[in-house]
Amino acid sequence: MTGLVVLLRKEVTEQWRTARLPVMAVIFLVIGLGSPLLAKYTPEIVRAAAGSVPFPMPTPTERDAISQLVKNLTQFGAIAAVLLAMGSVAGEKESGTAAFVLTKPATRLAFLVAKFGGLAGTLAAAVVASGAGAYLYTGVLFATPPVLGFAAGCLVMLLSLLVVAAITFFGSTLVRSAIPAAAVGLVGIVVAATVSSIPNAGRYSPFGLGSLVSDLAAGGTAAGWGWPIAVNAGIVIVAVAAAWLVFRRQEL
Amino acid sequence: MTAAIACEGLVKRYGQVTALDGLDLEVPAGSLFGFLGPNGAGKTTTIRLLTGLAWPTAGRATVAGVDPTRGGPRLARMIGHQDQQPRLYGWMSGRELLQFSGSLFGMSGARLRSRVDEVLELTGLTGAARRRVGGYSGGMRQRLGLAQAMLHEPELLFLDEPVSSLDPAGRHEVLELLAGLRGRVTVFMSSHILADVERVCDRVGIVDRGRLVVESTVADLQSRFAQPVFVVELESGQGADETALLAALERVPLVSGVGRDGAEIRVAADDPARAGPEILRVLAAGGVQVARFERLRPSLEDIFLRLVPGQRSGQEGAA
Repeated sequence: MTGLVVLLRKEVTEQWRTARLPVMAVIFLVIGLGSPLLAKYTPEIVRAAAGSVPFPMPTPTERDAISQLVKNLTQFGAIAAVLLAMGSVAGEKESGTAAFVLTKPATRLAFLVAKFGGLAGTLAAAVVASGAGAYLYTGVLFATPPVLGFAAGCLVMLLSLLVVAAITFFGSTLVRSAIPAAAVGLVGIVVAATVSSIPNAGRYSPFGLGSLVSDLAAGGTAAGWGWPIAVNAGIVIVAVAAAWLVFRRQEL
Repeated sequence: MTAAIACEGLVKRYGQVTALDGLDLEVPAGSLFGFLGPNGAGKTTTIRLLTGLAWPTAGRATVAGVDPTRGGPRLARMIGHQDQQPRLYGWMSGRELLQFSGSLFGMSGARLRSRVDEVLELTGLTGAARRRVGGYSGGMRQRLGLAQAMLHEPELLFLDEPVSSLDPAGRHEVLELLAGLRGRVTVFMSSHILADVERVCDRVGIVDRGRLVVESTVADLQSRFAQPVFVVELESGQGADETALLAALERVPLVSGVGRDGAEIRVAADDPARAGPEILRVLAAGGVQVARFERLRPSLEDIFLRLVPGQRSGQEGAA
């Protein structure tokens, strides 16, 4: 993969200099900080809205804070993954910079791996920011979750977002502009959401992994989740490999 | 003559549109080759095929002995490519872009820094090296495009309209720079500024509707397309009897007409090769001092307009 290290360095620098990385990290941090807050004060907000009508609400716990985080990251995170990935390859083809790079000693595989690596790095940084914020505030407002379990939960959440990003990335390789690539990603989200509601099959969907994230973050184990994790990791690998198969003979 | 670039029956179709229709071409190593043609003639398509950015529908090509469809990094190490409108990362500074480009060629450390400084100087961008490329003018981008193409000292340079956005002084500098590469680097450049090509290129190919119309040295083309007319300019202030001279020239066998065009006497001949010495003999016998005597040679623009139909108006669009 000639040129991979140089291209990876350029991708990371580009993610930072074009503000994608800091903006994503801040948005995810806000989601992370806001989720425990929302879990804590939702009962009070509902009671205030209900007025004199009695509305019994259970007392929130750290588990509710984690569930709120998973819900928010699944929704906003998936959209953010589409936004990040939609122009990754299509944008470079459209602007002509892909041709600039690929008339240099850099293989198309290295180009794609570096692009996806940069994208994954930004998503990882954003999930870390979100996880750190949520962990801190959950500890302040409720009880401190087990750190290793919480970190493992964040890793699984990253995997689910990478699935959405990889599908959009494949779309971005197929087409020459970011909008149709986003459409491919959004179709992926709809399919994933539909599959997640199917009994037994739902846990194989990237959104079905949310239950595992909640369990792990609350101190549970990943027992029985080996195949769903493998399937989602497999989707990422297959999507990137398919992107390469398309891109390697594509005219620029 | 070693061919740095060879094309055999190169065809490129985009759906129903034939961009290249059996292009046969050989570019000798070390030459400055000007590739001319009207808009849509297939010049950019040829460059894209030769640099491995697109694949031919039929036919084959070699660039420095390498098939561009299988060249990959091996081909890339030998060539430099400047796009018609260089598409570069706008968030990088000029220097960063060159350092990135050099790193892809495996350059690093002091060697990379000094070479970057050198090409910045050569292309007149030293003062703008720290500015973001996104803020560069079209001409500066074109200079940076040339700088990145030359950075790794390639054997072959593919330049698509390399001076189209430059002002006259900038064009002059860049053309001088390219002329200085003669013999060391094979330069394949497309241009719609025919005078520039005539000035620096030693070989020219004219392509029209995807087919090569003519390919030769500039001098050969000028000789081949020279009109059967001699131009005579007499030294001023010698008081020669021009009327008698014109009458004497008209009597020369093979001369079909004599006329004046300002300070020049134009002598049309049916067989220029045989008429030339006869005309000189008459001039000598007339005892006049001759400042200039030459066969009327066409400019590259004249040749282009004769070979490519429909280019009489808007001849600048010879791209």
